[in-house]
Amino acid sequence: MNISLLVILPILTAVALLFCNGLKQVRTVSLIGATVQLALAFALLILYWNERAAGNTAQMLFESSYTWFAPLHINFHVGVDGISIAMIALTSFIVLAGVLMSWKEDRMPKEFFFLLILLSAGAYGFFISLDLFTMFFFLEVAVIPKFLLIGIWGSGKKEYSAMKLALMLMGGSALVFVGLLGLYFNTDIGGGVHSFDLLQISQMHIPVEVQKMFFPFAFAGFGIFGALFPFHTWVPDGHSSAPTAASMFLAGISMKLGGYGCLRVATYLMPDAAHAYSWIIVLLATIAIIYGAFATMMQTDLKYINAYSSVSHCGFVLLGIGMLTQTSITGAVMQMVSHGLMTALFFAAIGMIYSRTHTRMVAQLGGLLKMMPFISTVFVIAGLCSLGLPGFSGFVAEMTVFMGSWQNPDTMYRIATILACASIVVTAVYILRAVGQSVMGPVTDSHYLGLKDASWNEKFAAGLLIIGIVAIGIAPFWLNELITPATDTIMQHAVKLVTLK
Amino acid sequence: MGIDFFILMKSELLLAVIIFILLFIKVGSKEWKNEQMLNIVNVLLLVNFIAGFFGNKDGMLFNDMFKTNQLIVLEKCILNLGTFIISLQAYTWLKNHKHVLEFYMLLLASLMGMFYMISSGNLLMFYLGLELSTIPLAALANFDLEKRKSSEAAFKLIMSSAFSSGLLLFGISMMYGTTGTLNFTELSQHLDGSALQLFAFILLFTGFAFKISVVPFHLWTADVYEGSPVAITSFLSVISKGAFIFAFISVLYNVFKPLADTWYNMLFLLSVLTMVIGNLFAIRQNNLKRFLAFSSIAQVGFILVGISGSSQAGTASVIYFILIYIFSNLGAFGVIALVSALTVKEGIEDYKGFYKTNPLLTWVLTIALFSLAGIPPTAGFFGKFFLIMAGAAKGNYTLIIIAALNMIVSLYYYLRVVKAMFMDKNEQPIEKLVINNYSKLALFICVSGIVLTGFVSWVYDYIYSLSTGF
Repeated sequence: MNISLLVILPILTAVALLFCNGLKQVRTVSLIGATVQLALAFALLILYWNERAAGNTAQMLFESSYTWFAPLHINFHVGVDGISIAMIALTSFIVLAGVLMSWKEDRMPKEFFFLLILLSAGAYGFFISLDLFTMFFFLEVAVIPKFLLIGIWGSGKKEYSAMKLALMLMGGSALVFVGLLGLYFNTDIGGGVHSFDLLQISQMHIPVEVQKMFFPFAFAGFGIFGALFPFHTWVPDGHSSAPTAASMFLAGISMKLGGYGCLRVATYLMPDAAHAYSWIIVLLATIAIIYGAFATMMQTDLKYINAYSSVSHCGFVLLGIGMLTQTSITGAVMQMVSHGLMTALFFAAIGMIYSRTHTRMVAQLGGLLKMMPFISTVFVIAGLCSLGLPGFSGFVAEMTVFMGSWQNPDTMYRIATILACASIVVTAVYILRAVGQSVMGPVTDSHYLGLKDASWNEKFAAGLLIIGIVAIGIAPFWLNELITPATDTIMQHAVKLVTLK
Repeated sequence: MGIDFFILMKSELLLAVIIFILLFIKVGSKEWKNEQMLNIVNVLLLVNFIAGFFGNKDGMLFNDMFKTNQLIVLEKCILNLGTFIISLQAYTWLKNHKHVLEFYMLLLASLMGMFYMISSGNLLMFYLGLELSTIPLAALANFDLEKRKSSEAAFKLIMSSAFSSGLLLFGISMMYGTTGTLNFTELSQHLDGSALQLFAFILLFTGFAFKISVVPFHLWTADVYEGSPVAITSFLSVISKGAFIFAFISVLYNVFKPLADTWYNMLFLLSVLTMVIGNLFAIRQNNLKRFLAFSSIAQVGFILVGISGSSQAGTASVIYFILIYIFSNLGAFGVIALVSALTVKEGIEDYKGFYKTNPLLTWVLTIALFSLAGIPPTAGFFGKFFLIMAGAAKGNYTLIIIAALNMIVSLYYYLRVVKAMFMDKNEQPIEKLVINNYSKLALFICVSGIVLTGFVSWVYDYIYSLSTGF
C-alpha cells in the first residue's frame, strides 16, 4: 500500500470541496472523505499486522521515497511504524468525529470544511514523514488553518486567541527549524553531503556537543505544540475560543504533533542530549501536570476546564518521554492516543451542551441528565476517562506512564513520579465537581426543560470516540503490541548510543 | 561580431525594438485608443518574455564589457516575467491615463538598464546600466500627475539615487586608483585588501545597499513606495530590487571574492539590522503600500542571509527566492492595485470585511501574504527555507536564530492584514469590484506561481545547476 495516499486523499477532498455549493454538498463530500480516511487507516492497520505477523521486522514498513529537491538531498520519504499507525488511526477517528460534529455549520461551510480537511492533511503528512524537511513542511501546514478556524468561526476573544496560537506555534516551528538545520549540517552521508533523512541520521552518531546544542531547540519547539510548560499558554485560550470541531482537532491532533515530534525527532535522533537534559524535561513536565491540575480547579468555564486539564494530561506525555525507559515511552504514546480520543470526546460533549444551553459556565448548568440523557452520559464518560477510571483508556495510559517512570531508579525522578501520581486526586476533584454540577442535581434554568437530546450525527461522532476509548481501556494489549516494537527500537538505539560514549 | 552580436544582446535589442515600435506609434498620425495600445503593449511584452528562452548563447562583447551566460539569461527572463505581470496589473489604472506610451517607454528603458547592469563585466558598464535603470524610474514615480505625493516621491527617489550614485562613483574611482583597472576579472586579481581598497569597497557596497534598501540606507523607501502609483511601487519593490540583487551577487561573488571575510561580517550585521528594523516598522504601518514597503525591506534582510552563504546553494536560493518573491509580492500588489485604481482606498482599515464582498480577491491577497510570510504549502516557504538554509551552511547559528525569530514577527503583521479582511467587521466594506480579464490573468499567474513553484522541483534544480558559488 502506498501510504502517500493518506496525504493525497485529504487534498483531493479539499479540492473537491472547492467545487461544492451549499452546506449539504459540502458536508456530504467531507463526510465521504473522512470515512474513506478512516477506512484507509484501518486497512493500513490490518496490512501492518499482516506484515509483522509474516515476520517482516524492518523498522519502517510501506516505505517509499520520491526525490523532491535533489541538489539539497531533500526527499519526500514516507513510511510507518507502530507509533505512526497509532497516530494515524487517532487522526482518522477525530477527523470523522469532527466532521460529524460540524454537521450544521452554516456560516461559510465551504471554507470551514476546507480548512478542517487541510488540517488533517497536514497531520497525516507529519505522521508518515521520514524526512525532516517533509515533516517540518507538514507541521507548518497544520498551523494556519487553525488561525483561520478560530478567528472566523470561534467565540469569545477569538481574534486574540487565534493570533496568540498562531504566533506561539510559529515560534515553536521556528525553534524546530533551527534545530533541524543544526542537525542537517552536522550529518554526513559520504563526501560531505548532508541529509534530512530520519533513518539515515539515526544511523550516524551526531557528536554529543552538537546534540546538546540543538536538542533544546528541537524539543522546546515541538514542546510548544505539545503544551510544554511554560509555553502552554496558547492551549487554554486557543481551545476555549475555537469552534467545537476545531477544539477537537487542536486537542486531539495538533497537540499530538508536538509529542510525536519530541519523541521521533528530538529524543530518537539526539539520545545523548535527551539523557543529559532529561531532568529538565521531567521537571517541566511535573510542573505542567501539577500546575495544570490546580489551574483547572479554579476554572468555571467547561472549555477552560478541559483545556487546562489538557495541559496536565499532556504533561504525562512529556513525563513519559523524559523518563527514558521503554515502558514510560510506550506509556507516553498510549497517553497521546488516549488523550486525543478523550479530549475530543470532552470537547464534543461541551459543544453539544453549549449549542443547546448557550452557556459553558458550570454554575449556570445543572440537571442536564433529565433532558439530555445521551449527551450527559457522553460527558460523564469523558470525565471518568479523564480522571483515569479503570476500563477506559485514560487509566491504562497513565498507569503505564507511572510504571515506566518508576523504573527509572534515580531518586529525584521517583519523587517526580510520586508528585505526578498525586495529581490524579486533584483531577478527580475537578472532574467530579464539573460533571456533578452540570449534569446532576436540579434543573437550574427552566428553559433547559425544552431542550432536545443529541441528533444522529452527534450520537455517531460520540459513539465513534467512545468505541476507541473503551477498546483501549478493555484491551490495551492491542495498542501495546502495536507500539512496543517501535518504542523498543527507539530505546535500543538510545541505550546503544549512550553506552558507546 | 556578426550574428553573435544579435544573439548575445538579444534581450536588450528586443527591448529596444519594442521601445521604437511604441515611439513610432506615438509620433504616427493615427489616433489610438488606450485599450488598443495596451493590448499591443501586452502582446509585445509577452512575446518578449517568451523569446527570452530561445536561441541563447554564452559569450562576451565589447572588450568583455558585456557578458552573458545561461544564468544571466534566466535572470533576465525572470525580470521580463515580472514586468509582464505588472503591465497586466496596470491595465485598470492606465486605461484612463493620458500618457500610456510614455509610461511603457520609460518602464522598458529602465528594464533595459537593469539588463545591462546584470550583464556588465566592467564597472563603467555597470554604472551606465545602473543610471539608465534609475532615471526613468524617477520620472515614472511621478506618473500620478495630479497627486502631490507622487511628485514628492519622484523627487525623493531622484535625490537619494543621485546621492547613492555619487557614493558609488567615488568608490569606483578609488577602486580604479588602487587597481588600475575597471574590468571585473582583472579587478579581482588586483585586490589585496589595502585600507583604501576596503574603503572603496564599502562605498560600492553602500551604493548597492541604497538601491535594495538595506537598513540603514532604507529611509527613502517608504515614502517613495507610498507616493508612487501602485504599478511603479511594485516595479520598484520587485523588479528593481531583484535586478540589483542579481547584480550584487555576481559582483560580490566574482569580483570581491578576495574580500570575502570583510563582506561576510558586513552582510551579517546589515542583514540582522534590516530584518529587525524592517519588521518592527512594518508592524506599525496602516497604509498597505507603506506596509509592503517595510515588509519588503525585511525580505531583503532574509535575502542577505542567503547571500552570506556564498555557496552554489546560496546563489540558487537567492534567485529562486526572487522568482517566488515576484509571484508573491505581485500577487499582493495586484489586489492592491485593483482596489486602489477602482476605489482609491489603500489603508488596512479599509480592507476590513473585504471577504464579505470580494472573497476571491481576499483569498488571492491571503495566499500572497502567506507566501511572503513563508507559510507552507505556498512557495514562499520553500524560498525562505532555502535562503536561511544557505546562510546556515556557514555555521553562524546566531544569524539563523535571529532570522527564525524574525519570521515570527513578520507572521504577526501579515496575519494582521488577514485578520482585518476575514474577521473584522466593517459598516462600509469595499464594494464588489469588477475585475477585467488582464488583472484576472495576472492574478492567476501569480497564484499558480505561488502554489506550484515549490512542488515543481525542477525549477529549483534548474536554477541550482546554473548557479555558481565559491
